Amino acid sequence: MTTTNLKTPLTEKHEALGARMTDFAGWWMPLQYKGVREEHEAVRTHGGLFDLSHMAEIVVTGEQREDFVQTMVTNDLKKLNFGQAMYSCLCNLEGRIIDDLLVYRFENEVWIVANASNRSAVVSWLEKHAEGMDVALDDRTEEIALVAVQGPAAEAILQPHVDGLDLSTVDFYTAQWGTVGGQRMLISRTGYTGEDGFELYVENAHAGVTWDLLLQGDEALVPVGLAARDTLRLESGFALYGNELSLERSPYDVTLAWITKLDKEPAPLAKPALEKAKESATTCLVGLTMEGRGVPRAGYPVHQNGTPVGFVSSGTFSPSLKKGVALAIVERSARAAGTELEIIVRGKPQAALVTKLPFVRGSVKRHS
Amino acid sequence: MIPEDLKYTEDHEWVRIDGKKATVGITHHAQDQLGDIVFVEVPEVGRELERGDTFGVVESVKTVSDLFSPVTGTVIERNEALDESSDNFEPETINSSPYKDGWMIVVEVADESAFDDLMDHSAYAAFVENEG
Repeated sequence: MTTTNLKTPLTEKHEALGARMTDFAGWWMPLQYKGVREEHEAVRTHGGLFDLSHMAEIVVTGEQREDFVQTMVTNDLKKLNFGQAMYSCLCNLEGRIIDDLLVYRFENEVWIVANASNRSAVVSWLEKHAEGMDVALDDRTEEIALVAVQGPAAEAILQPHVDGLDLSTVDFYTAQWGTVGGQRMLISRTGYTGEDGFELYVENAHAGVTWDLLLQGDEALVPVGLAARDTLRLESGFALYGNELSLERSPYDVTLAWITKLDKEPAPLAKPALEKAKESATTCLVGLTMEGRGVPRAGYPVHQNGTPVGFVSSGTFSPSLKKGVALAIVERSARAAGTELEIIVRGKPQAALVTKLPFVRGSVKRHS
Repeated sequence: MIPEDLKYTEDHEWVRIDGKKATVGITHHAQDQLGDIVFVEVPEVGRELERGDTFGVVESVKTVSDLFSPVTGTVIERNEALDESSDNFEPETINSSPYKDGWMIVVEVADESAFDDLMDHSAYAAFVENEG
């Protein structure tokens, strides 16, 4: 399980750029190039370039593809227009989270983008439930690379390389096919940084050309590794599987009711369990900001007036706020913004304030 | 890269020996592994340390690491740049100048035999090589 045997088509680019590489869910990935702070700052102020080719792309086709996906995921696929995407959970029959996903609805297929670490769990869960249905699953992870440009200047950075597509017509959380460097690819206005940006689903063979075009086309565009990806998503209040999300929690335990639609048609397979989970949930996900200099880390206990109320699920020093920030799973009685809690940092209680998420509001183009 | 005039520990600390005084910091390798350092906790002057004691912590953006005392002795000085209440607070000095401006504490030892167990630069270089 810990063997690193998968490489993205951009591995050589990362090594040439002097990246520190690491094993991530079996993939040999860039952890950082010049340093977390510099990379983080670049994304917040201008633009960063990411190799996310480890993400799993599963293409679903067949007559019953939409009903099938609708019963598998928690969010409502049928509310999407063609080309639109949604964030969703995939839950087991106990209502616990197998993975969090991005799901795209297209005219003739549905794309499911899953975490690298959960790829085999997601694929086998889907395969098991697709049996007997007019549904075909194609795990294209190792054929499709994913290159992301994220930051307030993302559109200006990418547009000069795109033929035949005006990026201003690509709405937030939608995707359109376009041509970059002469190659057709899926251009999606999505990301995991809180900034405006695009994720390019490109065939492996063309990933290198796309990467070079973008990097050479903008002197201030900075390659960004997984370490800064984590600080960026944390400042944005985005959950991470393995930290906030796990097989032990339902979406209701971590404030994901907004992507859990029990009354949609057809209903999610996990509906009975999810109804129970909704009733019995006592926790929620909150943001915490340290008042002093301490840095919260995953696993640190969270107290309220000396009484345990939860734990830190992700923590870091926020490069933007210059303070320790955390996502924490706490009792719902402690969730109101402004509530004074304590994070136990190496045995010592340190003051922390419940903070409305996101910690940092980026340039992302939101719409209702 | 690894200064020849210093001694080293397996916890990636360096020691500059001047009589019974030992200046302590973390190595280039250690700061490089930690990444951007944002906070350092070092002991008060006067604190007694035993070799191997946890004497402080280094927080970087991505991780936290304990500091282990390389010698037994008394803390007689600490670097003001690492004191968060100081006007000169600059923990990133450890990244930019691990062997010089990023020093952490000075410990006075009772006996110079306290330095006997430390590695010299070539032993440390070999240690880093094997570990990596």
